[in-house]
Amino acid sequence: MNLSPQDITAIGLSMKIAITATAISLPFGFATAWLMVFRSFRGKVLLEVFVNLPLTLPPVVIGYLLLLFFGRNGWGGGLLKSAGIEFIFTWKAAVVASATVGFPLLVRSIRLGMESIDQQFLQASRSLGAPWYDTLATVVLPLSFRGMLAGSALMFARSLGEFGATIIVAGNIPGLTQTIPLAIYDYASSPTGTTMALSLCAVSIFLSAAILLLHEVIGKNLENRRRA
Amino acid sequence: MKLNIDIEKRLGSFPMRMNAEVTGERIGIFGASGSGKTSLVHMIAGLTIPDSGEIYLDDSCLFSSRRQINIAPEQRRISIVFQHASLFPHLGVKANLLYGYRRCRPEHRKISPESIIEVLNLQHLLDRGVGNLSGGEKQRVALGRAVLANPRLLLMDEPLSALDDSLRFQIIPYLRSVSEKFGIPYLFISHSLAEMQLMADRVMVVNGGNVTVISTPDDLARAGMASNPRGYLNLLRLDRAKFRDGLFHYPWGQGTLIISDGKPDSTSLFELSSRDIILFKQNPEASSARNLLECTVTEMFDSDGRKGVVLDSGGSTLVAEIVHSAAVELGVTPGSTMFAAIKASAFRRLG
Repeated sequence: MNLSPQDITAIGLSMKIAITATAISLPFGFATAWLMVFRSFRGKVLLEVFVNLPLTLPPVVIGYLLLLFFGRNGWGGGLLKSAGIEFIFTWKAAVVASATVGFPLLVRSIRLGMESIDQQFLQASRSLGAPWYDTLATVVLPLSFRGMLAGSALMFARSLGEFGATIIVAGNIPGLTQTIPLAIYDYASSPTGTTMALSLCAVSIFLSAAILLLHEVIGKNLENRRRA
Repeated sequence: MKLNIDIEKRLGSFPMRMNAEVTGERIGIFGASGSGKTSLVHMIAGLTIPDSGEIYLDDSCLFSSRRQINIAPEQRRISIVFQHASLFPHLGVKANLLYGYRRCRPEHRKISPESIIEVLNLQHLLDRGVGNLSGGEKQRVALGRAVLANPRLLLMDEPLSALDDSLRFQIIPYLRSVSEKFGIPYLFISHSLAEMQLMADRVMVVNGGNVTVISTPDDLARAGMASNPRGYLNLLRLDRAKFRDGLFHYPWGQGTLIISDGKPDSTSLFELSSRDIILFKQNPEASSARNLLECTVTEMFDSDGRKGVVLDSGGSTLVAEIVHSAAVELGVTPGSTMFAAIKASAFRRLG
């Protein structure tokens, strides 16, 4: 294993971005899944399509749209600028890119977990005197925990691998926005970088495998509970 | 308790139109599965909103489409005991029991956790998780949880159908005593006539999304005698058995009932079909049937061409079923004396 200090920074940055993106998305993911599972409203199908769009859309397209939105002349860009926040070509932009791309995976897992909750638990809770928000906090939330864990693992893994959207909104600045995939991209385009690239690939494979393993274990537990 | 229902609801292609007024502390809702019983329960509890109409409980309006009233389920103070206990799997027994109690306003807290734990015999279960309770224990905890919410009305939605026979009839005394002891009226939903006879004073019959009849469980059992494949089911609660010659002797009326499948030292519930009773005008003196009871006919009723004969022995009654021609030949009339022969094996022990 041959990792340069710059690679270590890239690994650290990848982790930081993936963790932040997952943590920020979690409450929104929970709320979205709850809306889709337990509420009926007009335009539900549209919300569904919109949330799942990043799953099929090329990440580059997402990156480009984010760039337009948060760019100097964009809506969000103007807002951030007036608040004095530097955004494009920083690690924060990489977080937003990862969050957008990974969000559908998070919502899907939480949804699966929520759909396995017996409706009667909610009915029991309501008839025992709990308003809907109380039921949400004391029944739905704890019973969605495994789904949230599984979704977070999946989203975290997806964020570690984010490339297309990230390179457009955050660039590829070593030490600042260069994550593992971007570093590998750099090595791959230099004639002497093969061993270095392979080392980072090994790190990538190790991280992904570990997370998928965790996801499998959680998934199995979830399945067992549904059968019980 | 007075319940006033006048509602319409369309569920897919199934139209419900229910209009009924019932008064009583123990009310049954009887009907086959798919007749709309559970939907009715959900509408009373506020879990399903009717398309139109009104629901009143003791003159307080729970729902009115005309006055645009729809009280939220958590404010109705109507607890439900579900068919599958539906205990919260992430909470222990104690937290499940107290779920409703903690959310109940202090001025409504008349029933204390200690008293219900004692009545339902839950002390040894308190520190357990809900995953390793037996079916009967789960249902007792669910009942405790519902009662501890200190509701105005308890809805029992087929609480016994997930339990096996022997357990089912062990739970019934709990259901009744909790309601009586703490003064909570209940609606008991079931498709079992025997459960209706044991649990309800008044019965609303639901069929095809409508309330068709409001009657008593006994009238219902009498009316269905001819069409029910097992006739009218006499339910007998017997105790103080003496075991002699391989048979159980239970005191009943002025005499004794001899039963093959009894249980010493405890109260048991027995079921006896009206078709398993043979009537004689004179004492046949010797018969293979172990029970030969001298009874007085107090009442007779018709059920689709069959005759129901109500037999009395020292205040205890049994219903026997005979065909019309037999009634004529025997000359059975109210007031006449008859001898009823019943085999010891005809009694089925329920619990």
